[in-house]
Amino acid sequence: MAGEKKQGLQLLDFWVSPFGQRCRIALDEKGLSYEYLEQDLANKSELLLRANPVHKKIPVLLHAGRPVCESLIIVQYLDEAFPATPALLPAGDPYARAQARFWADYVDKKLYDCGTRLWKLKGDGHAQARTEMVEILRTLEGALGEGRFFGGEAFGFVDVALVPFTSWFLTYERFGDLSVEKECPKLAAWAKRCAERPSVAKNLYPPEKVYEFICGLKKRFGIE
Amino acid sequence: MAGGDELKLLGFWGSPFVLRARLALSFKGLSYEYVEEDLKNKSELLLQSNPVHKKVPVLIHNGKPVCETQVIVQYLDEVYGANGRPSLLPVDPYDRAMARFWAAYIDDKLLSSLMMMSMGKTEEEKAEGRKQSSGAVETLEGALKECSKGKPFFGGDSVGYVDVVLGGFVAWVRIIDRMTGLKIFDSSKTPILAAWLERFGSLDAAKAVMPDVQRLVELSKMRQV
Repeated sequence: MAGEKKQGLQLLDFWVSPFGQRCRIALDEKGLSYEYLEQDLANKSELLLRANPVHKKIPVLLHAGRPVCESLIIVQYLDEAFPATPALLPAGDPYARAQARFWADYVDKKLYDCGTRLWKLKGDGHAQARTEMVEILRTLEGALGEGRFFGGEAFGFVDVALVPFTSWFLTYERFGDLSVEKECPKLAAWAKRCAERPSVAKNLYPPEKVYEFICGLKKRFGIE
Repeated sequence: MAGGDELKLLGFWGSPFVLRARLALSFKGLSYEYVEEDLKNKSELLLQSNPVHKKVPVLIHNGKPVCETQVIVQYLDEVYGANGRPSLLPVDPYDRAMARFWAAYIDDKLLSSLMMMSMGKTEEEKAEGRKQSSGAVETLEGALKECSKGKPFFGGDSVGYVDVVLGGFVAWVRIIDRMTGLKIFDSSKTPILAAWLERFGSLDAAKAVMPDVQRLVELSKMRQV
């Protein structure tokens, strides 16, 4: 595709990674073409190891061959390197940008780790993770407030940071014996709203598939 | 500075994160009111300003709170980016991404390993911390070489974002050195970082906010009991 060659964007990624999905969604929201390169994480490619020698992780964005690592850093880079495309961080409002960075950081610090403990642990550890998960979801719902999206009327940075995890809600619900709809109806409504966007619909996998993937991991690691 | 532009920082003298925010304010030549918090008895203002994490630092700008150190530093850079005030983040988008990457690395890897090394509950944990921090420091040595391109700072000729982020740990590195007898930024293993540590620590804007090392040693000993 002509667009690809002109922009020279490649994404090293792994299909189910919510961090990778953030980048895919951002690229699509901005109308940027890119080459998607699925990585085998059990057998990492030379390209990945050279592009991210420090962490050896996906996602990695290559722009004209130069690597950018860490999903939220990639999303901010796309905003800054392609200023003519729709902005994900609110342009021209430093306070709103600070709020967006704060909440994206909150998602990073809390959600994935808690979710992992929810499907990995048993007993007290599991109970603790369940309590934390409900608190995290409620806090996020509080941040959403009455807006359509986290930034208000426009789909933005925090939405991009969080939306891939909506495919994981089913997994959290089954392993945590909880209901996102019941605990956080506004957040559940937000998730449905996001799912209507082409960038999200195209790049997220059905929740059942994520659940299947996690069950597979559990078996592989011998977690019963 | 526009009339009625009020900056307040809620902090704790012993926190490297608060120090980072103070370094950013100092290097940008900004005046602010500093409020020392008693972390065992957090003020209403702190709890209201940072209800999510209840932690310092919190920057309050004209009554509006900004939390999380890296968010605070980027906010200050964006609000006070003109009128001859030094910019901490570089202009070029790729260089900005690299600066953010190394700042994240410092928090992710260096901080956690230094904490394991100095506050690990077992000898094994402490040894693991030493090993990991040694690796992290070596990686940072490479980063400094790459980012500085032979100039004195991560930011080049002048102090930049990564210098401020790492700068928050300068006092900590000194106390760990003093307490363990090890040299975290050993001039024989990581000469560029060792030189950076001395150079950064001797800048007026850094000296103005650096906590007293002896006091930090005592605080650290108290925490280990």
